[in-house]
Amino acid sequence: MIEAAPPGMIMILGALLVPLLSGWVRQAYMLALPVLGFIQVAMLPLGFVSSVEMFGYELTLVRVDELSRVFAYVFYIASFLSIVYALHIKDTIQFVSGLIYAGAAIAALFVGDLISLFVFWELTAVASLFQIWARRTERSYKAGLRYLIIQVGSGVLLLAGTILHFADTGSLEFGALGLVSTGTTLIFLAFGIKAAFPLLHGWLQDAYPEATVTGTVFLSAFTTKLAIYALARGFPGTEILVPIGAVMTAFPIFYAVIENDLRRVLAYSLNNQLGFMVVGIGIGTEMSLNGTAAHAFSHVIYKGLLFMSMGAVLYRTGTVKGSELGGLYKSMPWTATFCMIGAASISAFPLFSGFISKSLILTAAAENHYTLTFLVLLFASAGVFHHSGIKIPYFAFYAHDSGIRCEEAPLNMLVAMGCAAFLCIALGVAPGFLYALLPYPVDFEPYTTSHVVNQLQLLLFSAAAFVFLQKTGLYPAELKSVNIDVDWLYRKVLPTAVRRIGDQVGRLKARMQTKALETVGFAVRYIEGHHAPTGALGDPWSIGATALWAAVLLIAYLLMAHR
Amino acid sequence: MSEEGSRPSHWLERPGSVNKIIRSLALVCALVVVADFFYEKHGHYSWENSPGFYALFGFVSCVVLVLAATQLRRILKRDEDYYD
Repeated sequence: MIEAAPPGMIMILGALLVPLLSGWVRQAYMLALPVLGFIQVAMLPLGFVSSVEMFGYELTLVRVDELSRVFAYVFYIASFLSIVYALHIKDTIQFVSGLIYAGAAIAALFVGDLISLFVFWELTAVASLFQIWARRTERSYKAGLRYLIIQVGSGVLLLAGTILHFADTGSLEFGALGLVSTGTTLIFLAFGIKAAFPLLHGWLQDAYPEATVTGTVFLSAFTTKLAIYALARGFPGTEILVPIGAVMTAFPIFYAVIENDLRRVLAYSLNNQLGFMVVGIGIGTEMSLNGTAAHAFSHVIYKGLLFMSMGAVLYRTGTVKGSELGGLYKSMPWTATFCMIGAASISAFPLFSGFISKSLILTAAAENHYTLTFLVLLFASAGVFHHSGIKIPYFAFYAHDSGIRCEEAPLNMLVAMGCAAFLCIALGVAPGFLYALLPYPVDFEPYTTSHVVNQLQLLLFSAAAFVFLQKTGLYPAELKSVNIDVDWLYRKVLPTAVRRIGDQVGRLKARMQTKALETVGFAVRYIEGHHAPTGALGDPWSIGATALWAAVLLIAYLLMAHR
Repeated sequence: MSEEGSRPSHWLERPGSVNKIIRSLALVCALVVVADFFYEKHGHYSWENSPGFYALFGFVSCVVLVLAATQLRRILKRDEDYYD
């Protein structure tokens, strides 16, 4: 029976009991949910399918294959670590929404039809919102609203595309769709918004850094990787994804270099990492799709770890601005160490998780002769080390001493970070475990002499460049500032334009009113001119004159009547 | 834990420590470039095989990245309360 229940339901339904529990019972219960879910997925046989008939349509709630499974495993790991990381808080709403959010994302991985996908797609959007709103500031309220509108908008596009696709083909199946019709193009766009394609990415850097300390850790795992999964399922080998992904790897790193909010720097590098996965989907070979799945797997863990470390800094010091931090290695040595393990992983240092997953995508790009893309990915790899690998730990924990002295992160946070750090190293040292879970057989050895030496050259000389730029004073200082991005269009330009148009209309209306009043005034004055007491026609008659004229009229009347 | 900050001197704070780190980095950088001469490279592109290609690429990429980003900042930078 449990096999037939959609994976993820354990988390969604289990979340509803959380408000009834408290203390350690609640903590143990919440930690048990992802463990049970993980076991359920491990027990489901590959190829298992379970459908229900609803409103005359067959909805496939469970369809198990390698692609769904590998994403589900890492989603459960991320859920578990996120809960451990959040155990110190008492905020029920964050736990309930976090569990529903994770459960919905996991359920979405297993559905076999577009309608069910739509349902869970929207559920992730709504549930995740509370990770932002739970910060309970005006800023997070507004950022959450913008996030909600865009996320729900993505769902609406998905539904519209599904309807058109169904009208075209009569099929609701969620398999390889390809960019073949208006319907599938809309679905592609819906996925593209959630995957933060260039120009559709504004919500990510806008909203994630505004979430709570623990909320950003939840958020970083699910939404965008669900979109990557959906793209890998629906659009493998779609050529346009290669340039889209390449641009995605490159442009966010420029922003990351000059961004002051370190959680926002991480949001930019999240966007950059998604680019590697999108390129892998676009190339569409077995190796590149394996690369995408593997990179998503290691990425969820190291990105979660990095957000955890910056969350711990925010929790202890009240800020994550580079301009206000520095020297924290003395107060938070463990957090600093874990942060650097995450940094080494995202930078793809040999023996860390990023190395064994990203190499698959880079090798696939080279083998399929995407030369320019390959060079862009290399550039982005050097760049990601520069801002995520060096900038984040350097400005938070080293650089100049900010004078901030605080406590080390709470124990539960350290445990979560320690587990994530362990996984980052374990995956890097023994990639075989992950490779065995990938959708296609893996015939790839990441640890060849040339791979290792090339990667070390790339990274160490990036570090040398950092030192060079710091020593020569060319490195841009961390400044109290924000940098405008695409969200500027709807946060500033559009409202300003609307206000301007409103002002113009108001002014036009005022002018027309004035003109109308002037005209009326003129008419009144004209009439007044003749009929006012002083006017020619306005002179009141004396009684005598009136009687005289009345008499004249009467006589005239009599004369006419008697003729 | 909070007392750690007042400990007299972490090795990082001692004079010369930073220079030691930088010198070690330079040494490792030199080693990985020298390593290129001691094994046969078989990259997918011929230019990948020229010694030190990745080193040069990494260094130049980062310098270009940072200088370009610094220029972009002139256009993109706003006050912290710009959106408030």
